[in-house]
Amino acid sequence: MLGRLTVEAIPLYSWVAMGGALVTLGGGLAVFLLITYLRAWKVLWTDWMTSVDHKKIGIMYVVLALVMLVRGFVDALMMRAQQAIALNSEGYLPPEHFEQIFSSHGTIMIFFVAMPFLTGLINIIVPQQIGARDVAFPFLNSVSLWLTAAGAGLVLVSLVIGKFSTAGWTGYPPYSGIEYNPGVGVDYWIWALAVSGIGSTLSGINFIVTIVKNRCPGMTYMRMPLFTWTTLCISVLIAFAFPALTVVAVQLALDRTLGFHFFTNGDGGNMMMFANLLWIWGHPEVYILVLPAFGIFSEVVATFSRKRLFGYKSLVYATACIAILSFTVWLHHFFTMGSSANVNAVFGIATMIIAVPTGVKIFDWLFTMYRGRIEFHPAMVYTIGFMVTFVIGGVTGVLLALPPADYLMHNSTFLVAHFHNMLIPGALFGYFAGLNYWFPKAFGFKLNAKWGIRSFWFWLIGFYLAFMPLYVLGFMGMSRRMEHYADPNWQPYLIVAAIGALCVLCGIACIGIQLYVSAKNWGSARDVTGDPWNGRTLEWATSSPPAAYNFAIVPEVRDVDAFHDMKIQGTAYQSPLQYEDIVMPKSSGIGPILGALAFVLGFAMVWYIWWLAALCLVLCLVCAGVRACDDNSDFVIPASEVARLENARLAQITPADMHDMRDFMPRGAASGSVLQGRV
Amino acid sequence: MTDTTVSGNVLEHEEKKSLNSREFGFWVYLMTDAIIFALLFATYVVLSKNSAAGPTSKDVFELSHTAGETALLLLSSLTFGIATIAMTAGQTLRVVQWLLVTLLLGLGFLAMELIEFHGMIAQGAGPQVSGFLSAFFTLIGTHGLHVAFGVIGICVMIGQVLVKGLSLPVRSRLFRLGLFWHFLDIVWIGIFSVVYLPGVM
Repeated sequence: MLGRLTVEAIPLYSWVAMGGALVTLGGGLAVFLLITYLRAWKVLWTDWMTSVDHKKIGIMYVVLALVMLVRGFVDALMMRAQQAIALNSEGYLPPEHFEQIFSSHGTIMIFFVAMPFLTGLINIIVPQQIGARDVAFPFLNSVSLWLTAAGAGLVLVSLVIGKFSTAGWTGYPPYSGIEYNPGVGVDYWIWALAVSGIGSTLSGINFIVTIVKNRCPGMTYMRMPLFTWTTLCISVLIAFAFPALTVVAVQLALDRTLGFHFFTNGDGGNMMMFANLLWIWGHPEVYILVLPAFGIFSEVVATFSRKRLFGYKSLVYATACIAILSFTVWLHHFFTMGSSANVNAVFGIATMIIAVPTGVKIFDWLFTMYRGRIEFHPAMVYTIGFMVTFVIGGVTGVLLALPPADYLMHNSTFLVAHFHNMLIPGALFGYFAGLNYWFPKAFGFKLNAKWGIRSFWFWLIGFYLAFMPLYVLGFMGMSRRMEHYADPNWQPYLIVAAIGALCVLCGIACIGIQLYVSAKNWGSARDVTGDPWNGRTLEWATSSPPAAYNFAIVPEVRDVDAFHDMKIQGTAYQSPLQYEDIVMPKSSGIGPILGALAFVLGFAMVWYIWWLAALCLVLCLVCAGVRACDDNSDFVIPASEVARLENARLAQITPADMHDMRDFMPRGAASGSVLQGRV
Repeated sequence: MTDTTVSGNVLEHEEKKSLNSREFGFWVYLMTDAIIFALLFATYVVLSKNSAAGPTSKDVFELSHTAGETALLLLSSLTFGIATIAMTAGQTLRVVQWLLVTLLLGLGFLAMELIEFHGMIAQGAGPQVSGFLSAFFTLIGTHGLHVAFGVIGICVMIGQVLVKGLSLPVRSRLFRLGLFWHFLDIVWIGIFSVVYLPGVM
């Protein structure tokens, strides 16, 4: 009846694990009680969970990412604490628990922090940047969100019922096979990945179609903002890479559950194939995480340098090059697996080539800043911190791209330091910059800058303290993922790294305080115009927060910096002669229901509760069928209602709120006199 | 009165746009599915000689049976094509007729595949025996699962054509289902030439 689910699934094996379970349960209960206390269940369901509005879906993605960031960071803190004290001793974590922690840390940070964070920002901003009223498939968007949430739910539940994987976030067989890992841990990992991976694939398809089909008149490909360009590139990467994750996860699941022989030691299995398939997804994934952040940096650097982005075209081509090259380097994750020297050399050279377009980008951003009027907004500060730090990570990456050097450093803490050096500045700093930059667009008021700057410094200093020692430790021969060690020379470095983690903890706390302080004083930081930073791209043309339809009249674009151009021309904030009826998609409960079914399905597969899995699968099909027969999924907002909303908005804006554009007027070469705009 | 006609026009315009997007989106989805099959093919090619101590491809493949499956599936693609032509001509009943024929051919294909699987497992050549058979059953089974979903889709679309007639959304759905069905045909041709033919040669 309940498969292999018994009372023994409750984590009584260590007090730390039990504590984790209790904290998770307590957190869930607290949220439940708070919502009940606020009587918010109905609002939550009708206005948020069933919503297919891309802005609300985006906000929910980012909330999910921030919650999971805390969870993933607690894992990091625990690992640093263990390694700081575990010289010739067991520390406070038993080995099996330590293994679960590093596995869940990686899994959570990649799949349930970085992915939802970037998908959330894309959801909120990209439709507005291209002058669209919604994404191409709003309902599918909601399904993607809830599948991602279902995957995150599976990881969280593994803390309370059963155990998580001990096989690392990459789960290499044979160790992740049923022979060496008979418990439920690896299954939790597999199903969390499979469920959220399908959600990501659907998001990728959705944004390819949105960007190709829904751009407003005049928005040619070479006028799309850089963030939209990076989104298009990563959507293509998602569509082509995530199927590989689905395949490899299902194959491992077949090996484990039904006794197949894809990756087993004997009977004709081939475990090198797992590494290949996983990294055919995994390497493009790195760029899926990093490229949107590059897009954010490009927007931020232009806005806060008060200059047009330098080398727009070269940035577009560099992004596309990186996207294509990302499919040609997967083997550098396992140079040591025994491919021939020539194969390793080809992949090593391809890896080094990626440094070229990335370098182009760095120079473009630097030249954008050159002679600009730089404003040290938190988003800009994160961008500058990124540029300095990311280059160090890039250099160590080129070092690791040399197969002979990789043979010395693979699986050492040098590698750990390298990829954190890429992903923390290269992805997370970008998302934080995006959070600070676009928060007023999503909520209508600005974030407190002081706490933003504080969070930046804590993150930056914490990062250097936590990871520079790991580079050194890698050279000293320390392997990654060690639960305890015997070399006393390592301990000082590990203590410094632990202090770095504490520093990052302060950084996260600052973000929490920043959100709290800003929300408390929201009235004094309101964004009336919808354009708090004198922005350049089209998302600043909408109100903050935007109306459900974003644009009452679909705009027409003549320039890369579309909104900047409109402000100079004086066509911004004009009310049209006549408003039109607007068609919007209806909310749907099927998205969250499918998410819940996927969660139960995953749970049933983990615990071998076959009847429940079959039931969920059938119900999923029924939901899909019901939706497939629905011809009535849109509704009309009448022109009069649009006019009422728009007039109310325009009435609030006074000339004093608007930015002074006189300094930005193009001037004649010889006279220096103001020209009447560019056509 | 004028208000409702105006909003009706807006809805219709938006519907056309949305259906257009859906058709493009479906192509993109098929590409992701093609990647899944490509990787399953790659897996099969890597593992096809790894029959361990179990039977090899020569022992288990029977080309005449496969030829029958192939004939059924290719014919079903043809009949779906005829249904699509009838749809463009606006002949509701003929669409349903040809969809029914397609449905029967699809079910016939699935039945033959299940017979093949059953026979192999009874012979002691199940997917648990070796890497080769794992890869074989997964690749062919994934294709078969797709055909099964296609069959369910055909049933749903027959119902929709009968209930709603050939309205714009129904046509678009039928068109997309057709893409899906022909795509499975192409995959099968790949299976025939990568799995069965080299397997018996």
